[in-house]
Amino acid sequence: MEDLLINVDWVEIGWASWDTLVMVGLSLLFSVLIGLPLGVLLFLTGKRQLLEQPAVYSVLSFLVNVLRSVPFIILLIVMIPVTVMIIGTSLGVAGAIPPLVAGGAPFFARLVETSLREVDRGIIEATQAMGANIRQIIFGALLPEALPGIIAAVTVTAITLVSYAAMSGVVGGGGLGDLAIRFGYQRFQTDVMVITVALLVIFVQLLQMAGDRLVLYFSRR
Amino acid sequence: MIEFDQVQKSYQVGGRAIPALHATSMTIQAGEVFGIVGHSGAGKSTLVRLINLLERPTDGRILIDGENITDYSAEQLRALRRKVGMIFQHFNLLSSKTVADNIAFPMKLAGNYSSKEISVRVAELLARVGLSDHASKYPSQLSGGQKQRVGIARALACRPAILLCDEATSALDPQTTQSVLQLLADINRELGLTIVLITHEMDVVRRVCDRVAVMDAGRVVEMGAVSDVFLHPQHPTTRDFVFESENIDRNEMQEDLDQASGRILRLTFRGDATYKPLLGQVARDSGVDFSILSGRIDHIKDTPYGQLTLSLVGGDLGVAMSALEAADVHVEVLR
Repeated sequence: MEDLLINVDWVEIGWASWDTLVMVGLSLLFSVLIGLPLGVLLFLTGKRQLLEQPAVYSVLSFLVNVLRSVPFIILLIVMIPVTVMIIGTSLGVAGAIPPLVAGGAPFFARLVETSLREVDRGIIEATQAMGANIRQIIFGALLPEALPGIIAAVTVTAITLVSYAAMSGVVGGGGLGDLAIRFGYQRFQTDVMVITVALLVIFVQLLQMAGDRLVLYFSRR
Repeated sequence: MIEFDQVQKSYQVGGRAIPALHATSMTIQAGEVFGIVGHSGAGKSTLVRLINLLERPTDGRILIDGENITDYSAEQLRALRRKVGMIFQHFNLLSSKTVADNIAFPMKLAGNYSSKEISVRVAELLARVGLSDHASKYPSQLSGGQKQRVGIARALACRPAILLCDEATSALDPQTTQSVLQLLADINRELGLTIVLITHEMDVVRRVCDRVAVMDAGRVVEMGAVSDVFLHPQHPTTRDFVFESENIDRNEMQEDLDQASGRILRLTFRGDATYKPLLGQVARDSGVDFSILSGRIDHIKDTPYGQLTLSLVGGDLGVAMSALEAADVHVEVLR
């Protein structure tokens, strides 16, 4: 066993895991904070919806598509000047957050839009017929009805962010991906590679399980 | 009182205006159960949604108690909608809220009820619709009839003056339909609520409505008291609905008539006349023999009626006719 994992520094692995957790956690938080209102706005301004605004919808939709069509590895590099402007550095855990949010928020926004579209139009109509204003329709009916879908969207986004966070190792971000690239790839330490991949797999499995449980808990259909 | 004054509605489809409702004027009296019957696509859904402005008219005015609601500001419109309850074919309950929370929802939206008032009112409504034991269940745990009862309780929460029913019984089985209609009739009687009910089943109209409008292709083609429209339909569409609801096959009926001999009459009795032993008397006095070709004794809302198709043979036909006409019976000569 000792011989097999000769290059593995468990303290290093521990810190890298923690860094990955922080990167995923913070970028998920900001992705949800930005993506949720963006997704609601996309939904409401869409065709035949409550605040139908074709111009607003096209602009928002275009921005989201642009961010989503750039491969994340390119987005990491393109974002460097912006990241330096916001954080002061493009390196380490902090430096990885802005590109992760830039990749995660539009992705999450689209998923939110889709899950809002799944809400029965009749429910929106009934809420309108009760004399609800737009804010009450959003918070009283739309979001509670779409909650299971939105939780599933958070889960999918979190898992995507795990893989994005690993990629950020390429441009000097921290975490397990960084470890895998510096030791596993560049120094041919296969044991480090195997351990980091195993940890990432476990991390993703845990996220999916937690997400599925929450969806089940909030589903009343 | 709800008044439609030359109300029109058309939809823009691919740059063309497709009329859903042609210029329509009519008045729905306060406290009545007003039915709107029509096939799907006839414009009845549009018509009912104009009353709470879920659809805005392209032209014309809609007045509720003399006030033109088409001029209302957004705030006035929301206040109006709280006074106009609505129930739906597919119930449209919030799946994420319990039965009690669904009923409390419009009161919470209104914002001017204390939580104490809300819980008292919810308990009262649950008892009213017979669902007190189901307060903390979710809609997915209820049957269709129970869901519609929750819908009705929710619509009544803010004590509306008008209740709109959009195909409220179309997704229910006949027995459940009966009990939901009974509930609507009770509510109408006890609360003096105006009910506007759209349906594609003439039978629903017959059971609960006072007056009815028949719609076809975006127009009201016939309107009047249910007993008049039901017993003496004028427009072909109305006749189709009436025959459909009575399960009459017109070809079969014609065959029956062809086989019968003598004079063929259709007699329509209403109210107390339904129970009078008229036919026997007329037969004795005039010496006419009769045979019944088809017949039906039933109720229109609370009024009993009978409709019989007879063939009369022999005796003094003139005496029989005048005796029938003198009695409280409507006589129609079919042949």
